[in-house]
Amino acid sequence: MATETPPETQLPKLTNDEISRYSRHLILPEVGMEGQQKLKAAKVLCVGTGGLGAPLALYLAAAGVGTLGLVDFDTVDASNLQRQIIHSTATVGKLKVDSAEIMLKGLNPYMNVVKHNTMLTSANALEIFNDYDVIADGTDNFQTRYLVNDACVLLGKPNAYGSIFRFEGQASVFATKEGPCYRCLYPEPPPPGLVPSCAEGGVLGILPGLVGIIQATEVIKLILGIGDSLAGRLLLVDALSMQFRTLKLRKNPDCPVCGIHPTVTALIDYDQFCGIEKPAAVGPLEVARDKAVGGAQVIDGIPQIAVEELKRKLDAKEDFFLLDVREPHEVPIASLGAPLIPVGEIEKRIGELAAQKDREIIVHCRSGARSQKAALVLKNAGFTNVENLAGGILAWADKIDPTMPKY
Amino acid sequence: MDIHIPTPLRAYTGSKQTVNVTGATVGQVLQQLTDSYPELRQHLYTPEGKLRSFVNIYLNDDDIRYLPGKESTPIEESDELTIIPSIAGGRYF
Repeated sequence: MATETPPETQLPKLTNDEISRYSRHLILPEVGMEGQQKLKAAKVLCVGTGGLGAPLALYLAAAGVGTLGLVDFDTVDASNLQRQIIHSTATVGKLKVDSAEIMLKGLNPYMNVVKHNTMLTSANALEIFNDYDVIADGTDNFQTRYLVNDACVLLGKPNAYGSIFRFEGQASVFATKEGPCYRCLYPEPPPPGLVPSCAEGGVLGILPGLVGIIQATEVIKLILGIGDSLAGRLLLVDALSMQFRTLKLRKNPDCPVCGIHPTVTALIDYDQFCGIEKPAAVGPLEVARDKAVGGAQVIDGIPQIAVEELKRKLDAKEDFFLLDVREPHEVPIASLGAPLIPVGEIEKRIGELAAQKDREIIVHCRSGARSQKAALVLKNAGFTNVENLAGGILAWADKIDPTMPKY
Repeated sequence: MDIHIPTPLRAYTGSKQTVNVTGATVGQVLQQLTDSYPELRQHLYTPEGKLRSFVNIYLNDDDIRYLPGKESTPIEESDELTIIPSIAGGRYF
């Protein structure tokens, strides 16, 4: 691994309680007493305590990694518990770092948890990373991916990488001395315009467990110096077909950060690099991402109407056309009873709306983000009176119908 | 030959996980793929027709960018082409 472990004599001693606890490691020749002492000496930083970070941190704690740093600024939400098993029903509403500490210390009181209750930024990343031997990237957005990568390369610390989408996962080890970095694989992030919204953002809850544990395995191997790491290989996991493949990764000599003549020699503005607005400083990432919009304003020429106004119009039986642009599988969860055309099909199926061309159309989705997109498509196609329901189903459930489930 | 379509792009291939195409080179089979599924094109290519830098195409286990012939690399029926998406967990291209 990149950082030198102290010679055996300087490694921390195990107490008798620790020896009992780690006996299944100690009798494994590849770990043994020295390996377990290396684990105790090791400092690992988990960036994110979400779907990937939860199983990752739990297994590292169980394995006896002496110091685990946790970076997260979020709080626990009930919808996290489908996969983020480091949190629990009892800690909903608490800071994720506090919630995670409870579970980690409950599992293993002999390790240190260092809480970084902050958003990782270019201003603090190097300082935070500096104290750790290995970084495990379990984040959920491109800005932080590039930030973690660049900080790891600049500091020469290996990055146990994992990423997931729906039923598919990726894992690798980046930024080792000889190996490639994340930018060798993906020199640039996709532009936000090509990143569809939450319409397809679901994830099979078990998948981050699978991938997070692969990351944990790589971390342990790096600390112990055993086996073949995923450095130079990309593991692809397809949970539906249950197929695992590895592809060769190469260090790109022209890589802007780890290449022969690097042009990125300090951390940059990653929001700008990824072409997106700065996420909110506090609150769940998803809110920042979905950008739920307030009422009584016009965004990109689309008037935003509040749920109270929609309720008034419905009660007054005003003449307008309500359109739902979510996916069909979302309708059974919660619905306002409007006809459905998923946002991705609007352009193709615009003929079905021909009769509404000059009628007042109110478009809605779950949070107001997809419906804004759909409203713009309609406006650009010549529809004259298109509005967006600000806050969507979520706002309706909050302000109009408390019996409606939020998802 | 078979082209493996990653989950994020299956929305544009009618949910197909693999698409069978014929062609003599990597470029030709990709062309045929995007002809069959035109919505895929903007996700794989820039408006100028260059493969997007965040899209990785693997011929068997190798990134085509590192093959001497790149997109002109000749292929055999038994070869497999895989598109590797850029995924960040919740977000993707």
